Amino acid sequence: MSTKAIHWGITTAILLFCLLVAIGISLTIGELKVSLFDIPDILRQGQGSIEHTIMVNIRLPRVILGIAVGGALSLSGVILQGVYRNPLVEPFTLGISGGAALGVAFAIVLGLQFSMGSFMLPLMGFAGALSTIIIVYFVSIKQGRIRIQNMLLIGVMISFVASSVMMLLMSITTSENLHGIVFWIMGSLDEPKQSLIWMNLIVSLVGLVLTYLFVKPLNALRLGEEKARHLGVNTNTSIKLMFLLASLLAGVSVAVAGVIGFVGLVIPHLMRLIVGTDNRILLISSFLGGSIFLILCDSISRVIILPNELPIGVITGIVGGLVFVLILSRASFKFNQS
Amino acid sequence: MLDIQNYSCGYGSEFNLSGIDFTLSEGCFAGIIGPNGSGKTTLFRGISSELSTRKGSIKVNEKDLQSLSFNERARNIAVVSQTIESAYIKLEDYVLMGRLPYQGRFTFFETEKDIEIAEKYMRLTNVWHLKDKLMTEMSGGEQQLAAIARALTQEPKLLLLDEPTAHLDIAHQVQVLNLIQKLNKDLKLTVLMNIHDLNLAGEYCDYLIMLKKGKIHSKGTPEEVLNYQYIEDVYDTVVVTDKNPVSKKPTVFLVSGRVMDETKKLKG
Repeated sequence: MSTKAIHWGITTAILLFCLLVAIGISLTIGELKVSLFDIPDILRQGQGSIEHTIMVNIRLPRVILGIAVGGALSLSGVILQGVYRNPLVEPFTLGISGGAALGVAFAIVLGLQFSMGSFMLPLMGFAGALSTIIIVYFVSIKQGRIRIQNMLLIGVMISFVASSVMMLLMSITTSENLHGIVFWIMGSLDEPKQSLIWMNLIVSLVGLVLTYLFVKPLNALRLGEEKARHLGVNTNTSIKLMFLLASLLAGVSVAVAGVIGFVGLVIPHLMRLIVGTDNRILLISSFLGGSIFLILCDSISRVIILPNELPIGVITGIVGGLVFVLILSRASFKFNQS
Repeated sequence: MLDIQNYSCGYGSEFNLSGIDFTLSEGCFAGIIGPNGSGKTTLFRGISSELSTRKGSIKVNEKDLQSLSFNERARNIAVVSQTIESAYIKLEDYVLMGRLPYQGRFTFFETEKDIEIAEKYMRLTNVWHLKDKLMTEMSGGEQQLAAIARALTQEPKLLLLDEPTAHLDIAHQVQVLNLIQKLNKDLKLTVLMNIHDLNLAGEYCDYLIMLKKGKIHSKGTPEEVLNYQYIEDVYDTVVVTDKNPVSKKPTVFLVSGRVMDETKKLKG
């Protein structure tokens, strides 16, 4: 066993332990306080008790969605920052959130969730995200080669267009719809449909496995596109596939949980400081780090103004941003992703 | 070893290399010289497959580059470019990346052999003591040596170097070129480098290719290529050539404008 294997094994184990702690915190705190040791009993008692309902129908789904969404967004951020070699890129820089938000805004304004069922909101969100991905992808390809700097600019522009169209929609719609749109944009781990939660978890975990197929190109790309090619990496194909993978991860998460910013930007940077830039350990660390961060933020958002709940996007933004500024001002960390 | 025939490549319609023909035998230490804009970098990018071939062919050990996969190419040709490393990578991990072309898609950890090979070349290039240092914390000379160690770890047949002495002081220039000379001799490694400094080119290379406006102007031994008529023709600059008193290799001297004027007056 190489020292790397041992080192990385320990890192992963520590992060998994932290994830368990975060899950424990999230399950126990809230309006109804539950002791950690009572949880097995509550689950064994079966349906009927209030505790059981809260645990199984409210808290557990949120934790699972937190793992799925936090992991997916963070992983998506790592991939995109690696591909673009740009520290400011996150899943939403490429217009994925803008597209998704616009899709949902259309659905709400047209009342699709009433006429066709509530599944229309995530579906339209995903359709919006997917359309953005397709536009950015095809506009950026010229003569079979992907031009990544253009891609970034196109993504940013599409974000602007989407947010302007959305403001147009918001300015002409009823205040009731406005409320719905604003709340969706702020994001939440509160998702009543368990099927969507499980689907998101599966997508995230499959995404994590697939990302590991690109560990070699991602590592080589730390040196830049040209040097990666000199090391035998087919950068064009890898970048295309990684872009699609990262976008789909972000797209699914946005469709289910709304726009939860900052996870995809801050967690990868934080993890790079802790575990280094080797993607073999960075990918799994970022996934777990994103899950931990989102579950903890969700716990805060639930208890900070009891009995009400803050939108999770508010917490991730404030906590993530402040923590990150603090780290930047202390660590001898230069803004270099690779 | 390297066989280039009637090769042309370029960027769009603006600048093109054409009719490039030359052959390097195994163990040859060759240099590409020529003024700025003569196509040195373009030729370099062509050989490292960054530019697609318009016409002709480039063969390494009888195999056409176009027919090789990315990995096969990286096992045959290693490139040391002159860009400064901005990645936060420990030197040892950086050098180990030279083993990537040998690792399969599902290889996760480097093998013992990979680590041994990397160590061997880090020692050979005298950077072993820096192995835990970050690339960004190293000086230009150290980075250049690290890049050479990484390239050797690829165990290539052909080593391409882009201006290996740019930005280095004379001590480091000689250190880097002596190292390359040693590798060339001991490992029978074929070396092709782009180089601006004609004196270094004359001193170290045993074959020179001089480019002018996207075409080969002259090629041959330094003695054949580095004569004042050829250099004045290609660089459009007055020079005086002589021999290094110790190595007997050709050397090139420049003449300043004032001296030129004075000489003209004396003659006139």
